[in-house]
Amino acid sequence: MPFKEQREGWWKVMKKVAITGNEAVSQAMRQINPDVVAAYPITPQTEIVQIFSTFVADGDVDTEFVTVESEHSAMSATIGASAAGARAMTATSSQGFALMWEMLYIAAGLRLPIVMPVVNRALSAPINIHCDHSDTMGARDSGWIQLYSENAQEAYDNLIQAVRIAEHPDVQLPTMVCMDGFIVSHGMENAELLDDGVVRSFIGQRTPKHSLLDVDNPATFGGLDFADWYFEHRRQLAEAQTHVKDVVLDVAKEFAKISGRSYGLFEAYRLDDAELAVVVLNSAAGTAKVVVDDLRDKGLKAGLLKIRLFRPFPHEEIVAALAGKKAIAVLDRADGLSTMGGPVFVDVRSAMYDAPGPKMVNYIYGLGGRDIDTEQIAGVFWDLAKIAETGKIASPVTYLGVRE
Amino acid sequence: MSANGKVKGWKDVPIGGLILEAGSADKYETGDWRTYRPVWDEAKCRHCMTCWIYCPDSSILVREGKMIGIDYKHCKGCGICAHECPAKCIDMRLETELEAERPEGSGSAETGAPAGAGCGCRSKSSGKAGGK
Repeated sequence: MPFKEQREGWWKVMKKVAITGNEAVSQAMRQINPDVVAAYPITPQTEIVQIFSTFVADGDVDTEFVTVESEHSAMSATIGASAAGARAMTATSSQGFALMWEMLYIAAGLRLPIVMPVVNRALSAPINIHCDHSDTMGARDSGWIQLYSENAQEAYDNLIQAVRIAEHPDVQLPTMVCMDGFIVSHGMENAELLDDGVVRSFIGQRTPKHSLLDVDNPATFGGLDFADWYFEHRRQLAEAQTHVKDVVLDVAKEFAKISGRSYGLFEAYRLDDAELAVVVLNSAAGTAKVVVDDLRDKGLKAGLLKIRLFRPFPHEEIVAALAGKKAIAVLDRADGLSTMGGPVFVDVRSAMYDAPGPKMVNYIYGLGGRDIDTEQIAGVFWDLAKIAETGKIASPVTYLGVRE
Repeated sequence: MSANGKVKGWKDVPIGGLILEAGSADKYETGDWRTYRPVWDEAKCRHCMTCWIYCPDSSILVREGKMIGIDYKHCKGCGICAHECPAKCIDMRLETELEAERPEGSGSAETGAPAGAGCGCRSKSSGKAGGK
């Protein structure tokens, strides 16, 4: 690459690039060009806003970048900016995400379409910086939309689509885009970036109906809401969730036109005629696809369902995709600690209650960044084959890859 | 309330608890939290407006630059006005004692102000001293 192009930024001259997840996400943020970004560093997310801050310093974006003293403040400032009418973003991981907790609920309750990449990382204790989904799974009832991403390309694509989903008039909900810490955030792979102009015309301008800076139409955000009205506003929040599915699919259709890449509520990989299915989120889906291909070659009817939209949970579509399978294993990279399995398992099994009943089991895997390999996932499929044959479940919840 | 008198449902109100009307807190009466009531002695008052400046609510009622009473529909009885008053003309009295002293059937006084000086002046009045 000529020196001049290197200096000016490779992203200005190349589309298909070798890129890490964090780089891809920060590029998406540069293209989104948010009015306000307020952020605090935390591994493995730090790079996203660090790289983004260079775009701010170099004048590549028009963003007001607010350095804050904690993630609680990061989300608070983002909420204030969003209520003021700005397109506002932040990013975080793990403990930082946990520190945002009360503000997450406020962002959703105030119906502010904030978009936030979250790089999934385990929660303390014991302290750990590597990937699992304990952080975002804990916020599954916060009212935020959650999109999960298998790789850097999906994280990039999801983030751009998230702006449109969050700000859609029927939705108006904050949206987090999740990807696996280190595995995706720091792993380098090929991804295709869109032209800046294409992204900017795809996301358009935010046009909030009400905002704090609209002095001609004053509005109070966050007023006291007691037993006489709170329930009505929470009911509205529940209603908005029911609109999300259609908006996600509509936005995906439009996104396919500019990118050539198709997205749904989930990805069904060789699932249609499968008898045995694995359900998984994020990067482990890539490993599982290799296993599915391999087992298909060996004559096992294996398939995969990779959930993209986890909140709200597209239960009808997931039931339709899984009904009639003989046995299903849900892989959770977070433990619900309820003694009845991880959060994805609990939702999938609950959704399947009224469907013609496949046998269902849960595997908790990969906590604190523990690798999951093809042999382990193949072992899950062989377990399913045995369950399908015998109709017997030895253990509904299994810890996969833990030393006994 | 809607036009037909039915209380509005979740489909009829702005999302997220947005309030699109300025000054609506005036309609929400919060004075019943009070344990201590500020009792104002007009004879000792110098109308210096110290209480008006310090009141963390907007419960000091003022007309034409003079204090005219206390809005008991919104005063929560924090006592800051009494603490700050240089003329010591505000006394904090236990609501229960005042209740006991009140003759039966007299009802409870809603404001310490003369008739006509209700809470309407909080949001609508003109001039600096009237509408905080």
